Amino acid sequence: MKRIGIDVGSTTIKCAVLDETGKLLHSSYERHRACIAPMMAAILREIAKKYPGETVSLAVSGSAGMGVANDLELPFVQEVYATRLAVLEKMPATDTVIELGGEDAKILFLGGSLEVRMNGTCAGGTGAFIDQMAELMSVTPEEMEKLAEQSEKLYTIASRCGVFAKSDIQPLLNQGAQKKDVAASIFYAVVNQTVAGLAQGREIAGNLLYLGGPLTFFPYLRTAFDNTLKTKGVCPENSLFFVAMGAALSPNAMVVNPETLAEKVECYQSKTAFAGCKPLFENPAEYEAFADRHQKDSRGIREITEPNGEMFLGIDAGSTTVKAVLCDREGNLFHPMYLPNSGNPIPLIRKYLSDLYAEFPNIQIAGSAVTGYGEAMIQNAFGVGCGVVETIAHYTAAAHFCPEVDFILDIGGQDIKCFRIRRGAIDSIFLNEACSSGCGSFLQTFAGVLGFTPEAFAKQALFAKSPVDLGSRCTVFMNSSVKQAQKDGATVADISAGLSVSVVKNALYKVIRCADPTHLGNHIVVQGGTFLNDAVLRAFEQEIGKDVLRPSVAGLMGAYGAALYAMEHDKGENRLIDAQGLKNFTHEVSAMTCNGCQNHCRLTVNKFSNGKRYVAGNRCEKPIKTEKSSERFDLYEYKYELLSTYRKNEIRHPGKKTVGLPMVLNFYELLPFWWTMFDTLGYNVAVSGESNHALYVKGQHTIPSDTVCYPAKLAHGHIEDLLEKKIDLLFYPGMSYNVEEGYGTNHYNCPVVAYYPSVIGANVKLPENVTFVNGFLSLADRRVFAKHFVRVMGEKGISVSLSEAKKAAKVAYTAYDEYMESVRQKGEEYLKIAKQKGMPIIVLSGRPYHIDPEINHGIDRLLCDLGAVVVTEDSVARKVQPFQTTVLNQWTYHSRLYSAAKYVADSNDPKLNLVQLVSFGCGVDAVTTDEVRAILECRGKLYTQIKIDEIANLGAVKIRLRSLFAVVENK
Amino acid sequence: MAKQKKQPAEHGFPNPPFTKEMKATHTILAPDIFPIHMLLISEIFGMYGYKFVVLHDSGKQVIQKGLEQLHNDMCYPAICTSGQQLYALASGEYDPNKVALIQFQTGGGCRASNYIWMLRKALHNMGMDQVPVLSLSFSKIEKSSGFRITKLMMMKGIVAVMYGDMLMLLKNQVKPYEANPGDTQKVVDHWVAELTDQFRRNRGLFGKAFRKNMQDIAADFHAVKRRNVKKTKVGIVGEIYVKYSPLGNNGLEEFLESQNCEFMVPGVLGFFQFMFDNQKTDRKLYGGTIRGAVVAKAGSALMRKVEKIFIETLRQYPDFVVPTPFSHICELGDRVIGRGVKMGEGWLLPAEIAELLEKGYENIICAQPFGCLPNHIVAKGTIRTLRNLYPNANICPVDYDAGASKVNQENRIKLMLALAQEAEKKQNDDQSEKRRASV
Repeated sequence: MKRIGIDVGSTTIKCAVLDETGKLLHSSYERHRACIAPMMAAILREIAKKYPGETVSLAVSGSAGMGVANDLELPFVQEVYATRLAVLEKMPATDTVIELGGEDAKILFLGGSLEVRMNGTCAGGTGAFIDQMAELMSVTPEEMEKLAEQSEKLYTIASRCGVFAKSDIQPLLNQGAQKKDVAASIFYAVVNQTVAGLAQGREIAGNLLYLGGPLTFFPYLRTAFDNTLKTKGVCPENSLFFVAMGAALSPNAMVVNPETLAEKVECYQSKTAFAGCKPLFENPAEYEAFADRHQKDSRGIREITEPNGEMFLGIDAGSTTVKAVLCDREGNLFHPMYLPNSGNPIPLIRKYLSDLYAEFPNIQIAGSAVTGYGEAMIQNAFGVGCGVVETIAHYTAAAHFCPEVDFILDIGGQDIKCFRIRRGAIDSIFLNEACSSGCGSFLQTFAGVLGFTPEAFAKQALFAKSPVDLGSRCTVFMNSSVKQAQKDGATVADISAGLSVSVVKNALYKVIRCADPTHLGNHIVVQGGTFLNDAVLRAFEQEIGKDVLRPSVAGLMGAYGAALYAMEHDKGENRLIDAQGLKNFTHEVSAMTCNGCQNHCRLTVNKFSNGKRYVAGNRCEKPIKTEKSSERFDLYEYKYELLSTYRKNEIRHPGKKTVGLPMVLNFYELLPFWWTMFDTLGYNVAVSGESNHALYVKGQHTIPSDTVCYPAKLAHGHIEDLLEKKIDLLFYPGMSYNVEEGYGTNHYNCPVVAYYPSVIGANVKLPENVTFVNGFLSLADRRVFAKHFVRVMGEKGISVSLSEAKKAAKVAYTAYDEYMESVRQKGEEYLKIAKQKGMPIIVLSGRPYHIDPEINHGIDRLLCDLGAVVVTEDSVARKVQPFQTTVLNQWTYHSRLYSAAKYVADSNDPKLNLVQLVSFGCGVDAVTTDEVRAILECRGKLYTQIKIDEIANLGAVKIRLRSLFAVVENK
Repeated sequence: MAKQKKQPAEHGFPNPPFTKEMKATHTILAPDIFPIHMLLISEIFGMYGYKFVVLHDSGKQVIQKGLEQLHNDMCYPAICTSGQQLYALASGEYDPNKVALIQFQTGGGCRASNYIWMLRKALHNMGMDQVPVLSLSFSKIEKSSGFRITKLMMMKGIVAVMYGDMLMLLKNQVKPYEANPGDTQKVVDHWVAELTDQFRRNRGLFGKAFRKNMQDIAADFHAVKRRNVKKTKVGIVGEIYVKYSPLGNNGLEEFLESQNCEFMVPGVLGFFQFMFDNQKTDRKLYGGTIRGAVVAKAGSALMRKVEKIFIETLRQYPDFVVPTPFSHICELGDRVIGRGVKMGEGWLLPAEIAELLEKGYENIICAQPFGCLPNHIVAKGTIRTLRNLYPNANICPVDYDAGASKVNQENRIKLMLALAQEAEKKQNDDQSEKRRASV
């Protein structure tokens, strides 16, 4: 009897027909576009035709096959288990299997004790991710692979999740990085994600097997795995069909008649119902009324067909689209352009301007401004008059359209921007950080996956009977929810409508974080390309229970705002390129590495025919400034340098033992203490090296939890680094408690800082000649510390006398106090300088470890480059009296945040502001951010939060910070 | 700059006390944290004159309410429990002027300690500042003039939890095998009613009566007619809310039932003992107050007594699993992680995994909220050590979250079950081979 396995994956359906001996006779592989039952029926019919009259044994597998199998009472084989069955049968010598699918990634360890790893709720680095990235670069996945093979250099692309990677890639493209290099970097990001996320401390070695679509279709991806793992894996014949073959081989398979089963499948209707919400429109009449109202309301901006006197040019080089418009002195709009940027906006702008000059040779352009991701590059390329930060551009446009506007929501391709307007000025800004769910590209991607154009997909949504309730979370989660809804019989219309609703919910509940959507404002203007989608607009109105205004040129508002801005601000210092200049226009891109500092930024250098250069990829202004940079007042740098004096790793006690201190988490504050403690006890002290991405990669295979914060993940690299330093002792104590500073009601560490040594002990293989001292200690009670230090050392068989310990502790506490005092004094000094020079001050608030440049990505430098003085939260926390908070104030580091916020709030100095750094995955910051915001806002201060991760792109951060300064200046 | 009078004086908001009068007028709404235990606890409150209601609202609307009012990166249990309460308040079923909310807290360095603060903030946003929020925790009991947990009441509450443990442990062991569907639930229902009645009459709380009840409970469950069928044995550990609550774990128990499994969820008793042990450990590691240590010592002693009754009762029935003494759980934990790890479920979580493995529950589901901080350490962080110690361990961590899909969760569990079934088959084959060999 033939044995048949059907593998219904997230995007494709695969079928394998085996003979009695297990030989593959026939196979098929097709995209199912969510039409699972009909596809399955077709496959069964084909089998019936091929083997007429035969009964077969059959089993179903695959993540999207569970529901169908359940309801039709067909045997279901879990897909990883199926892979395992097939591998044991076909390639029994295999030790490890790496299998990437549409939305899942798996590693199976077969040699030794069996372990199976699947990606969890985070699904970055899978086939869908590669497809998305290819789409972003406007190439097919196959073309992307061809490009990658010609690559010359690699960029660092965050690999935690597709969304993060996207926000790394987009700016790279916009800044002119070579597609081939980006393509290669994407494949390496997939590798890193798989290794970091799934190996979880187990070494990938021995005979390695590559399975699944991406690894079959993209040889470069296999090469990238080979290079990273320093091994050579095999992609076997039929690598796409291992799951299907495993299902066929499963002992659970059932005897069926394909013909009869096909009939049954065809009639199949999912039994479980998906959760639906209210339809967007009950009937066509309701839609028409809605469309009419918006038609009427949207006419605030008049469009003209001929230039009218002095014209002003506005360009918005956004993340996924390029927009350009002109306007006259009255603000009438002329000659709009709206195009996808296809990764490089330069040729589009060039063509726009050439066409403009050709059509209207006498046009008088009196001013020009550019905004968006590509701002700096476009400005240099075409001699645009001025640059303006997106937020201000959008506000300018909205205020022109509706002067009484009090709330603006702009949903673009990759970003959501919301501002509340109070008394004619931007009062608070909400931007989506590092998460692009709820944006246009998100809808576009889903449209693509389901085989529709975005427009057709949007149309579908309008009359959906029961929009799928997809919640409000990240794209990755959304993929699975959509998958589930499809399984449960949701139509494309229901999904499209459901996605529109989730876009709105994301904006409201994730980005704006509003408790009551009915209180956003009274004059709400919505703009951005995504709102041109009527389904999104309707969903938004439904959710907030209010009518809103959508300008007819909703997608152009950034560019229009830039044009209006140019009218006010372009002083004519730059000359916009003329027709002749455009003819001779050239644009060359080259790559280089900056050696200005230890960051070693990969730079992309753009050269234009006008002799101007534009350098991108730099984290600071060093490589672009020719003259010596002016002095910076950066307390982050000061602290970091102060700690560096303890990182010389000299042999101060020849012949004595060496203790290794990992420069991670709380060591960023306690290093002076521990260094002095051990030095006084006569140990040589070795401190791990400076963090960088390479160091992170060194330790990433031992990270057990892929959702922990980046500062904690870095610890694994630091330990590896220390082990290379010939240490006898590794000292990393567990610390439930931190130092007591009296700001709050207790002095805890967060669980991760407190217990990360336990994770290191359990997951990092330490050589036998290194003693790991990881007992529990607290520095809070100075009287008993020495006693407990003796205990902790004693637990590992190292005897330290109490009197020695006491003596050393005294010196160590002094060193710690001195360090903290110098930070405070330097902070004081910087505050004074700022006052004298009239410079803005930013209290850049985070935790001690945020001074690590690999963690803060140079945000402190960026602030300095924008002209600010940067001080730290711990330097100002003492300047306020302890006070009552509305959250439980029990963590030492976080208590400082509240005090720093209070200091800023009470200051009455508009030039003094706070920016909070939040590490992705920091659960405690779910508590602190709202509180810090509340403390600041109750005194009319602006709250700015920056979420940071492995992510290295500063584009979005720059927008935030520039907006902050723009608002402060206007106040 | 902003005008003076437009600025709120402080960013804080009122925190009304629960007054004596409120005891008569106000209904206290509690989230459903441990399904069986809460039935009994609400009875204890009733005995002392409180109007106490355990909320059973579930479904997407509850979660949505939580997401609307709380920071979305806050842990999932906060979204669920507060969501339940805020949903009830918003439903209009209760008069906001005659309602108080209660949260059960474990305290400590985990962010879960902040639940009541988040709840207060949410109430403020909903314009319900007048609603008092009560907190019940081990480390600190909120003192309001109208809300007093006396020592006796506390004792009764603990006793109720112990009964809850026994009912839950036995229900989980009997129900999968019952010959007549519904028989086991009948025993549970009977005993909830019976104990409620006893509590009202101040009976069954201590000493012999307590012991006798326990024995009778065990006898009743034992008397349920069972079929001799093979089930896959699954142990459930994890974050304390998510592992027990169907709202938190997407109906995990129901799913396991449908997959032909018997599951064991360790009781709350162990968690109590863990909390007391932490106080002692803290003193040992960092030097704490004597008072805390004394309370902990007394608490531990009491728990040991209860534990002994559990063990003695269940030892009479070879087909029931006898609970592991806490002292042994400590030993198991010490082999995996330091006793100083105390936030969240702390070292108890891997210790319970080890305990379940020792008892033959080789398939473990570790249910945790997505991004739970202690679980980075004590769950995912210890799995490698546990696998080295117990090569047969088949451990499956599952993340729960408002956005995580049930399909993915169940798919992962199915993988665990497929491996479990394979291991069982191998065991059977080995056994029959041995038998053949001996013949």
